[in-house]
Amino acid sequence: MAIRRILIANRGEIALRIIRTCKAFGIETILAASEADLGSLPARLADRAVCIGPARPADSYLKVETIVQAALGVKADAIHPGYGFLSERPALARVCEQEGVIFLGPTAAQIEAVGDKLRARAEAEAAGVPTAPGGAVETASEAMVLGREIGPPLLIKAVGGGGGRGMKRVDRLEDLPSAMELAAAEAGAAFGDTRVYLERFVAHGRHVEVQILGDGTGRVIHLGERDCSVQRRYQKLIEETPAPELSAEFRRRVHHAAVQFTERLSYRSAGTVEFLVDMDRDTFYFLEMNARIQVEHPVTEAVTGIDIVAEQIAIANGDGLRLQQRDVRREGCAIECRINAEDPARGFHPSPGTVRKAEWPAGKGVRVDTHISSGARIPPFYDSLMGKIIVHASDRASALDKMRRALAATHIEGVASNIALHKELLADPEFQRGGVDTSYLPRFLEKRGARQEVRTHG
Amino acid sequence: MTLTAKDVAEILRLLDSSSFDTLSLEMNGVKLNLQRGSAAPVRQSAAPAPESQPTNESPAQRQPLDVTFRSAKPPSEAGLKDISSPLLGIFYRAPKPGEPPFVEVGTKVEPDTVIGIIEVMKLMNSVRAGVAGQIAEILADNGALVEYGEILMRVRPSA
Repeated sequence: MAIRRILIANRGEIALRIIRTCKAFGIETILAASEADLGSLPARLADRAVCIGPARPADSYLKVETIVQAALGVKADAIHPGYGFLSERPALARVCEQEGVIFLGPTAAQIEAVGDKLRARAEAEAAGVPTAPGGAVETASEAMVLGREIGPPLLIKAVGGGGGRGMKRVDRLEDLPSAMELAAAEAGAAFGDTRVYLERFVAHGRHVEVQILGDGTGRVIHLGERDCSVQRRYQKLIEETPAPELSAEFRRRVHHAAVQFTERLSYRSAGTVEFLVDMDRDTFYFLEMNARIQVEHPVTEAVTGIDIVAEQIAIANGDGLRLQQRDVRREGCAIECRINAEDPARGFHPSPGTVRKAEWPAGKGVRVDTHISSGARIPPFYDSLMGKIIVHASDRASALDKMRRALAATHIEGVASNIALHKELLADPEFQRGGVDTSYLPRFLEKRGARQEVRTHG
Repeated sequence: MTLTAKDVAEILRLLDSSSFDTLSLEMNGVKLNLQRGSAAPVRQSAAPAPESQPTNESPAQRQPLDVTFRSAKPPSEAGLKDISSPLLGIFYRAPKPGEPPFVEVGTKVEPDTVIGIIEVMKLMNSVRAGVAGQIAEILADNGALVEYGEILMRVRPSA
């Protein structure tokens, strides 16, 4: 069957991003919008918007039955979940499967397999993909045995966590029993699952992830890697491809691991396998898999020329993978800066409100994915992402230069933004050299805070 | 039918209680453009399209948001109270197919009188009048998808 009408169960820039590809392929779009988003740019650009509920996500974007009922009611062939919200809830995929609505993503079973972090770890091991030394622990004494084996520092992770949530660092073995008890209790409260596991804490790690596409029958191709090490509290700020300062051989091994992992699952649709590169040991470990499209997918699109949303639709349509691995060519370097409505000077406090003025850059090799134009409102109920600036150039130095000029042409008024921070990062010699680890941004912010302190009081 | 000052005041009140910033209404040669707040005219600077997917569609060229269900059918008389849909779902006017509707125009209702059912994935939710009076208008069709906040009926409240 051919997908002719898609219900988009999301908002913001990703909703607009999906609408753009649908328009290019003549597919109708229905936006499932909360009351707060009825006046948004995606609501205006979709062929139709239906109001699914009040602003609070729990009353609208997170209601599985309402989303599927909306899709059935408007006779949509498929649902695109975007990222966040219901994108990785097996329940939505499952109800879609039951009701005969195409889910533009993996199967419910695949989402479950990678959503449970311990199971995903076991899947990685079974696929021969390296994982950080560690494993499941049920009691404090078990934890002590394993902890001694791995050696501190250690990380206690919640099985139901992910994306940086539900983790605890333990520096001394004697603290392990109490930390584990606390972690289990916190995990129970936060994820309804008290199970935890232990892993080696990697002191100098880089976040490198691989974009894959699977046809659902065991064929998988990769579209290269992305380096997302510039992050704070696991919130990514800048992403780039290729990952700088990694040998071609190392990157090839990472790509291969991602393909191995997803082939074994017969993974369907677009997905990302995240790895932690252990810089001290010159190796990498499986972190987790994100079974959805990701915020930073445009950098991959920039260097490959592949429209990942279009491939998601083609796979869901039964067209399979339209590309062979050898067809995937990556040219040049791409960088993305996430522009958020938040104030770095005030602990990254979100800054909702009305955007008085929004000026975004344009030009050759510059792409902006945003739903924010002058006069747009940023409701306080959702994340603070206003847009993403993506630049593409022949090499990293030219890409950095292009991003500097793009940021200089970006003006947001009426709400706080992190544009100034991006400019400072782009000017920082350490970032310019490339290959920073995940502790880079917190260190940078600490120095920056100290400098501002001096400026204020000096 | 023309717009009286009272009608405009009523529309303003509706806009004010809604989540919309602008309202454009055109009827019988009368054109009404309303905008919330004193902000400068809402200018849509077109979000640049991804380079790889050029689109000649700029937001500024698009029609304003279609707010059909909230403003397309103005009330036939002043003072009517709306019964809005509490959920997105399929609206049914009768308890079962073939049975008489819960209410018709002219039916007297109490706040807890059931006026219809909204189905969300086979789960039936009763909709109550919420106000005492008489059904004056029925806007939502039987078996139709209704959105959250869509006006299903209007009631002439009892004095």
